[in-house]
Amino acid sequence: MRRKGKLVLKDGSKYEGESFGYEKACAGELVFSTGMVGYPEAFTDPSFEGQILVLTYPIIGNYGVPDKKYWESSRIHITGLIVNQYIDTPSHFESKITLSTWLKNEKIPALVVADTRLITQKLRDEGNQLAKIIFNTSASLSMEFEDPNIRNLAAEVSTRRVTKFGSGPKTVVLIDCGVKENIKRSLYHRNITLITVPWDFDIFSLKEKFDGVIISNGPGDPKMADVTIETVKKVLSKKIPVLGICLGNQILALAAGGDTYKLKFGHRSQNQPCIQVGTKKCFITTQNHGFAVGKIPLGFQPWFINANDNTNEGIIHEKLPFMSVQFHPEATPGPVDTEWIFDKFLDSL
Amino acid sequence: MKKILLLGSGALKIGQAGEFDYSGSQAMKAFREEGIKTILINPNIATIQTSEKLADKVYFLPVTPDFVERVIEKEKPEAIALSFGGQTALNCGIDLFKKGVLRKHNVVVLGTPVNSIILSEDRQKFANHLRKINVSTPISKTAGTLSDGLKIAKSIGYPVMIRAGYALGGLNSGIANSEIEFKRIASVALSTSRQILVEKYLHHFKEIEYEVVRDKFDNCVTVCNMENFDPLGIHTGESIVVAPSQTLTNFEYHFLRKKSIEIVRSLGIIGECNVQFALNPKPNHDSGFAHSSPTRSLTRITNQVVRHSGEEERDSTTTPESIIEYYVIEVNARLSRSSALASKATGYPLAYVATKLIIGKSLTEVKNQVTKITQSCFEPALDYLVVKIPRWDIEKFKGADEEIGSSMKSVGEVMGIGRTFEEAIQKAVRMLDIGAHGVIETKYFKKEEVWKYIKKPTPKRLFAIVYGLKLGFSIEKIFKVTGVDRWFLHRLKNIVDAESEITNVIISHSGVARSQSAHSLSRLTTDLLHKLKKLGFSDRRIGETIGYTELEIRNLRIKNNIRPFVFSIDTLAGEFPAQTNYLYTTYWGNHHDVKPIGSSGIIVLGSGPYRIGSSVEFDWNSVNVATNLTKYSKKSIIINCNPETVSTDYDICNRLYFEELTFERVADIYEFENSGSVIISVGGQTPNNLSGRLDKYGVKILGTNASNIDTAEDRNKFSDLLDRLKILQPAWKNFSDINSAIKFSDSVGYPVLIRPSYVLSGMAMNLCFDKSELIHFMKRATEINKRHPVTISKFIENAREVEFDGVSQNGKLVLYAIANHIEHAGVHSGDATIVYPAERVRYHSGLRMIEIATQLCEKLKITGPFNIQFMVKDNEVYVIELNLRASRTFPFISKATGVNFAEVVVDSFFNKAKFHKIDYPKYVVVKAPQFSFARLGGADPVLRVEMASTGEVGCFGETAEEAYLKSLLSTGLSLKKKTALVTVGGDDNKMRFAQSVWMLKNLGFKLYATHHTHYFLRSKGVKSKLVHKVHDKKSPNVVDIICEKKVDLVINISEKGDGNMVAAEFKSDGYLIRRAAIDNNIALFTDLNSARLLVKSLSKYIDTKNLMIKSYDQYLNK
Repeated sequence: MRRKGKLVLKDGSKYEGESFGYEKACAGELVFSTGMVGYPEAFTDPSFEGQILVLTYPIIGNYGVPDKKYWESSRIHITGLIVNQYIDTPSHFESKITLSTWLKNEKIPALVVADTRLITQKLRDEGNQLAKIIFNTSASLSMEFEDPNIRNLAAEVSTRRVTKFGSGPKTVVLIDCGVKENIKRSLYHRNITLITVPWDFDIFSLKEKFDGVIISNGPGDPKMADVTIETVKKVLSKKIPVLGICLGNQILALAAGGDTYKLKFGHRSQNQPCIQVGTKKCFITTQNHGFAVGKIPLGFQPWFINANDNTNEGIIHEKLPFMSVQFHPEATPGPVDTEWIFDKFLDSL
Repeated sequence: MKKILLLGSGALKIGQAGEFDYSGSQAMKAFREEGIKTILINPNIATIQTSEKLADKVYFLPVTPDFVERVIEKEKPEAIALSFGGQTALNCGIDLFKKGVLRKHNVVVLGTPVNSIILSEDRQKFANHLRKINVSTPISKTAGTLSDGLKIAKSIGYPVMIRAGYALGGLNSGIANSEIEFKRIASVALSTSRQILVEKYLHHFKEIEYEVVRDKFDNCVTVCNMENFDPLGIHTGESIVVAPSQTLTNFEYHFLRKKSIEIVRSLGIIGECNVQFALNPKPNHDSGFAHSSPTRSLTRITNQVVRHSGEEERDSTTTPESIIEYYVIEVNARLSRSSALASKATGYPLAYVATKLIIGKSLTEVKNQVTKITQSCFEPALDYLVVKIPRWDIEKFKGADEEIGSSMKSVGEVMGIGRTFEEAIQKAVRMLDIGAHGVIETKYFKKEEVWKYIKKPTPKRLFAIVYGLKLGFSIEKIFKVTGVDRWFLHRLKNIVDAESEITNVIISHSGVARSQSAHSLSRLTTDLLHKLKKLGFSDRRIGETIGYTELEIRNLRIKNNIRPFVFSIDTLAGEFPAQTNYLYTTYWGNHHDVKPIGSSGIIVLGSGPYRIGSSVEFDWNSVNVATNLTKYSKKSIIINCNPETVSTDYDICNRLYFEELTFERVADIYEFENSGSVIISVGGQTPNNLSGRLDKYGVKILGTNASNIDTAEDRNKFSDLLDRLKILQPAWKNFSDINSAIKFSDSVGYPVLIRPSYVLSGMAMNLCFDKSELIHFMKRATEINKRHPVTISKFIENAREVEFDGVSQNGKLVLYAIANHIEHAGVHSGDATIVYPAERVRYHSGLRMIEIATQLCEKLKITGPFNIQFMVKDNEVYVIELNLRASRTFPFISKATGVNFAEVVVDSFFNKAKFHKIDYPKYVVVKAPQFSFARLGGADPVLRVEMASTGEVGCFGETAEEAYLKSLLSTGLSLKKKTALVTVGGDDNKMRFAQSVWMLKNLGFKLYATHHTHYFLRSKGVKSKLVHKVHDKKSPNVVDIICEKKVDLVINISEKGDGNMVAAEFKSDGYLIRRAAIDNNIALFTDLNSARLLVKSLSKYIDTKNLMIKSYDQYLNK
């Protein structure tokens, strides 16, 4: 019999569950994701930092956990995990360990609870909430709710070093606010020289000349990434081509004079339809964000909008090569329909 | 665009069933919303799409180029839709296109360009096309002859897969392990197809499918992916299928998704397309690089990792590679069985959306029909999974091989929805309605046979695997021989383990089940019971395991408040609030998504999976009853579990429960909904069988009460009633020993009809013409079940059989129609050719039938539908059977009379039905059966007392001959060569057929005949070419001339007895002739009366131009 645990929401509601992860109390923002595949990729996405994730797909663990080289970062970033059914008998040629072992190794608590759909509906109707996973331990009793969004999460997950890879003719600086590996892989694949820098690094202090700047995805409230916003302001004034992805989209908007706001429950899924403004083209995208661009900055226009709820999904400058998308062109997990965004950006260099 | 022509798929057959009624119906709704008129050609009279309110005009005509062209000439449509009527419509459309008919009449093909369809259907060209876009297909080559094929097979190396071109449901495909097997499979395939494809057989690859839609603006989404439980080699229609895929990683899922989109784009598909892949579950790095031939797609994705972020920093670059080996197996550029399944699995109405796209809309302009606030350009997120299991009826075909493989044999399917695989598959198994109450079902084989049935793929393999797990076979061992992914095997083992847990807890503690009843049941804790329910165990199965009844477990469950929760399918996994009425139940929850409807809700039980004897006609009944409930301000709640149906389209009713038709689930839903009542009489035998138990449980049943239903169904009670009313019936009696059976049969005289009271898939109903046959079948029947007696009844030869369909209200007959069979009694009514109005029933016999019906309605206080089968011999009317439910002939008779019987049924439930007098029509309607013997290798294709047809058509005409010929042409009759083989057994038959032979001769037919028939014909002055029997070992032999296609019509009238099981077992000449005809796709007639009508029809309408092109409303004079 697995040990019991409890998911407690700030509004007082409680959900009994059976533990299959590490037995340690945790607190964070409770969010849900509707993607049906790609839990190893999702859990290692730094954008999930500080969040307890509810997976709406009810059967999790099926193909185990692959070698680290396939992850989106070097560790699990979710704070806790809530699923409907956990599978401890994975079947896949690339599986190295079970999901449960992985979670235990990485000290991430995880519960099987009775009604993930009910929790999802609650978050959808009432908005994301703070929550904690507790066990029958004294540490659990003293566990407080904790809002990760008041922390500078990007700073927590960003790299601390400057690194350079590749030897392509063009050089791009990637500001890592919690970058997913596949952004790097996607760029490397396109034969460029890539310099990855921390979120607060002064990119103009680099000896190397660079042709463009990419602002990565990352967790939390974009306004917390104040240093990055300042860096991007300089980039814009120098008219250096910029591509923002996810958090990078919000940072570009803020740097250019636009504004962002917190969505009720965010977009966390692999099936978000985004219409390219002014066309009949619609792309299926992967998304993982709780904040969105509200006011479009001057000189920019909406590039994509969400076909479901009409929220902004990207902005593009009317004349200059400044562009950003709220979704993930690098996918992993999710559909790869918008890989062309990388090509479009690199073409502008 | 104002007017379009839509081609239907015709009769239901194996490989092409009810899913096209569903897709066509959705298409017509979508066209109508756009103000476009639809003209429908579909001879399938039992379908919903041919009912009022959907098409603007319906033609019950063959979907063949000749007839379609004549309809085009008459209706002058601007466009034609080919993708909603399966392979039949597609093939017909390609023909019309190639012949220039469409161009000549300025008819535009909607959606995917015809050239792309042609390309996707030609295997070699398609393989070349895919190679160009860097997508691989298995190494393969086409061959037009057997010797070419053998050469190719040799070069590829065995085992090889043989596929026939242009074939629906993989007809005549197969895996050959050797030259001998190759010859056997390829020669059959080449008889129906101009070319075959020989390809490398991919042992135990996974089979994965994607359903893709694309609009003309190049927006492309994959609505669903599906994974087959069975590995490659078992046709997807024969496989257990789950959606979404369970064992694919993100990389595999999205790699294949991307490839499917690339394929769809390259073909310029507009609308819907299905792509099937083979995926190596364990690709080999080394072989991947060693064989870098373009045909082998071992793709390495170089994931160049620069460095990891976070605390652990790595400076060296690594180059991880994801490796994938895949092949495209098949592409269907049309709606398919899989797309119907995908629609039901996700709630995404593929056919509806495809219709909007082919008239030029963009995906973003079509509203999501489930959420009503989002739109159709998205990919559904599921928070449940579905398991589809095919339904087979192979046992019903005498002599048919039960092994399943790369061509379809199944006749229907079910889909179980659950929040775990365990829950969904256990539901699905019960939905099959084959007497299995869960995946643990050990009654199908003996212990020592289990391994054999694990190795050999048959309909019972799932049960064999589970039995094996129960016996302790290792997952590894089972995986090795079956190729079923370990993931699925582990899930099944989870179910097996749970069962042993309960037997351990309860039985081993108390010694035997139930020994200390109160104590042992108390050991079944709430937690354990809840766990079992979550793993999909039924109350009945839990009860059986520990020695309690279903109701005892149910009561315990309800006492502990363990009830299923009602969840909705909303396409977005709860992300958006949706106004959906598409529901399922689960124990993996804690809340209900909907509130009960209350007493205004009426539950309509659907028919479950399509099978021999229960098919689209019952779906028509259910849908028509459900939709007419609104007339009485009632809310309809449909329960059904068959993804091919229209009744499971969520816009048909107020609420749809995609659920089991079991007592347990119906009672659960009834209690949750707090429903007013349940209708059990319109979905065929499956819901009808629940009447007693539901009634006893206190469920209110609309219509005739349960005890009267029982009187009609219990042979003894019904027989007593008939005797009391002085209504004639064939003499019958129950027997459990052979001697008294022989005595009875001698006294009433042979032939006798023998049937066991407990019928396992109709295994032992048969006609016996003498004592030895009686003994043979008695032995067999008692082997099946010793506890149950067999019924023997006098079989009246050369009697007419009549269908009497009616509606009664409070015991008063309010509506009826009479139709007669062409064949004599002895051919199952489901296989019979039926004519309306009854033209072979004399006036006073008709009156007697009405009198009997009136009496029975009164005595049994019938309210609602009923059907009586009468037999008439020497002007005496006998009752064979009374069914207090809507019959198979309801849609046929409703369309033939122009009176919707289902609507009157609803009126009768509310005491509002008026007496209808139906006028004698100015036309004749003939319903003809569709057989699928070609798919069932070994089956004896002869009309018998047991049903074998898979579908039906019904056509109108001025005369019975016109209607009959149209019907035959609709089921595939084609007589171009005017050559016939005639073998008529028995002097009586010969005399009765003599005139027809004369007529054939006069029509210019060249005749071949076997010995006796030849000399008989010669004595009558008719020339025929003598052919020898197979056993004579002389040339030309009768089977050779069929195989060489020297004839295009075979009339094989057997001596009595040749049609029963013995024929197939002993491979009589008759059997060999019939089988050869079917295997060579040659028209076969085995019944004297229908053969005579055929000849009469041909002599009147030898020029098919004389068959009139008239729409349904023209016949009805509306």
